[in-house]
Amino acid sequence: MSEKRVILQVKGLSKDFQIKGKKLGSKKAVLHALQEIDLDIHEGEVLGVIGESGCGKSTLGRCLVGLHKPTEGEILFEGKSILGVRAKDKLEMCRNIQMIFQDPYSSLDPRHTAADSVSEPMVVHKTVKGRAAMEQRVLELLKQVGLDVQHMNRYPHEFSGGQRQRLNVARAISINPRMIICDEPVSALDVSIQAQVINLLKKLQKEYNLTYVFISHDLSVVKYVSDRIVIMYLGRIVEICNGGDIYKNPLHPYTQALLSAIPPECPDEEKERIVLQGEVPSPIGERKGCPLAGRCPQCMERCKNEMPRLKQQGEEGHQVACFLYEKK
Amino acid sequence: MAKSLGLDQQSHEEILKKERKSNSAWSKLKRNKTALLGLFAVSVMVALAILAPVITNGKPNEIHPIDAYLKFFEKGHLLGTDEFGRDLFTRICYGARVSLLVAVGATAVGGVTGVILGLIAGYMGGIVDAVLMRIMDGVLAFPFILLSIVLMTVLGSGIINVILAIGIAEIPRFARVVRGQVLIVKKEEYCNAGRVIGISHFRMLAHHILPNTVSEVIVYGTLNIASAIISEAALSFLGLGIELPTASWGSILRSGRNCLNTAPHIAAVSGTFILITVIGFNLLGDGIRDVLDPKMKK
Repeated sequence: MSEKRVILQVKGLSKDFQIKGKKLGSKKAVLHALQEIDLDIHEGEVLGVIGESGCGKSTLGRCLVGLHKPTEGEILFEGKSILGVRAKDKLEMCRNIQMIFQDPYSSLDPRHTAADSVSEPMVVHKTVKGRAAMEQRVLELLKQVGLDVQHMNRYPHEFSGGQRQRLNVARAISINPRMIICDEPVSALDVSIQAQVINLLKKLQKEYNLTYVFISHDLSVVKYVSDRIVIMYLGRIVEICNGGDIYKNPLHPYTQALLSAIPPECPDEEKERIVLQGEVPSPIGERKGCPLAGRCPQCMERCKNEMPRLKQQGEEGHQVACFLYEKK
Repeated sequence: MAKSLGLDQQSHEEILKKERKSNSAWSKLKRNKTALLGLFAVSVMVALAILAPVITNGKPNEIHPIDAYLKFFEKGHLLGTDEFGRDLFTRICYGARVSLLVAVGATAVGGVTGVILGLIAGYMGGIVDAVLMRIMDGVLAFPFILLSIVLMTVLGSGIINVILAIGIAEIPRFARVVRGQVLIVKKEEYCNAGRVIGISHFRMLAHHILPNTVSEVIVYGTLNIASAIISEAALSFLGLGIELPTASWGSILRSGRNCLNTAPHIAAVSGTFILITVIGFNLLGDGIRDVLDPKMKK
């Protein structure tokens, strides 16, 4: 494969949230949702992001579309920073990166019809002029995502979850973005509907050469759609690998444990389960050392005091943040 | 190909037209029986006010001391006469002009200003919210009627000033109702979805936040129409509202109170008209709220 063009570059991205104490006069605490994320996203790829609840997957996605303002770091879209741009340029940026939200039930305005919701991005960005042309374009989009003319004047509550997510997809692609952040787009749907929506997303990706950042906690979904996979734990990236490698050759102890938690596909299959001891540490407050240090079965003295960096390991494009592989 | 596309086009447009028709606000309101009843009651009152010179003798202030305290239908007086022998029906019709104007006007003044302030405070948050809401709290700290009295003494009497006084006193209540709702709505995911698209603050407020707060405003607004009629009566009662002898429902009710034992019909008639109007506005308001809410289909 030829050298891939980097479309979005994330440099040293951190996001802290201030948490107010519950009691009167108690100190404010800092929650580190994301810490020093470095990531290159290539044009036309599907980048899967997985990790358990609260590891910062969604925060990462929301930082990329500008819903959260990062505490530190840079996000470059085709070399241009998307942070702190002026209002006019911001609209241009919005056009490039769109987002599909996790919850199809709350991400559509209950008082807007399907046609209103789908046409809104085009109205804001003034890509389509005239009522007839707009109607035509909305219909075109609805058909593309498997809906039809009779759905145009319906309200969100009249749709099923899958249909609503299709509407969200239509909304996202309506202004021809280069990149779509999918924040757990199927986790609120039935399994059968999940497959439909995922296949729709894949079809659209091929058609428009879209770049996806596909956030999910479902390993099988991520494996199915992704070209590359990012594994996150407690606000940090612990491993980046190519889609297939994660099953063949997981390197980070956390990834190994995560994979061992997938139920076996066949009941007769014997599977060794790696169970991490203890709870996920709280992301509140300062910590030194590897985030997994307290739970890792192969923890060393060094892990407790020093933060491992993402380093190239083995095959092309396989990066891991673990001291186990640094000595060699 | 082109032909079949053309055919498709037509059937599409037919389907859409049909749906649009059945979804239009008026056709939805027509299906809502209680709302129609409310609309009817309000329309009758408005008609009485507008047609007052035509359907009455046109002299609401004409005094006939001999004919004082006449009962219903006596001497050709449909609703009897008051303590000065003035025809009650005439006074009610002319009073409707004042009372309806004050009720709707004051609610509009308070509602529009309050909604705008509430939207700004809730949406902007932070220091703007704090400052605006503390001012509102300050206004709220005065009893409603006291505040109106102060405003009336400052502004002087007259119908416009009554509208302003009652309207201004209502602003904080509207602002509070709206602000609370905005705080909920602005955190909804569909607002985030709008931000991702890059919509302007104005569009966010006008297209997403306001429509989703409007049902609370309507409910509060219709309740407020009733209280505005009563407030006008109270102000007139204290001699700060509409100057006598101009009729308003409130002033008729007040004069009827003085002779409740001898001529109860004076208070009863004006009270009934206030009651019907209030119920009418409430039913209509509920209906409009349902019409605007896409989830209420029938």
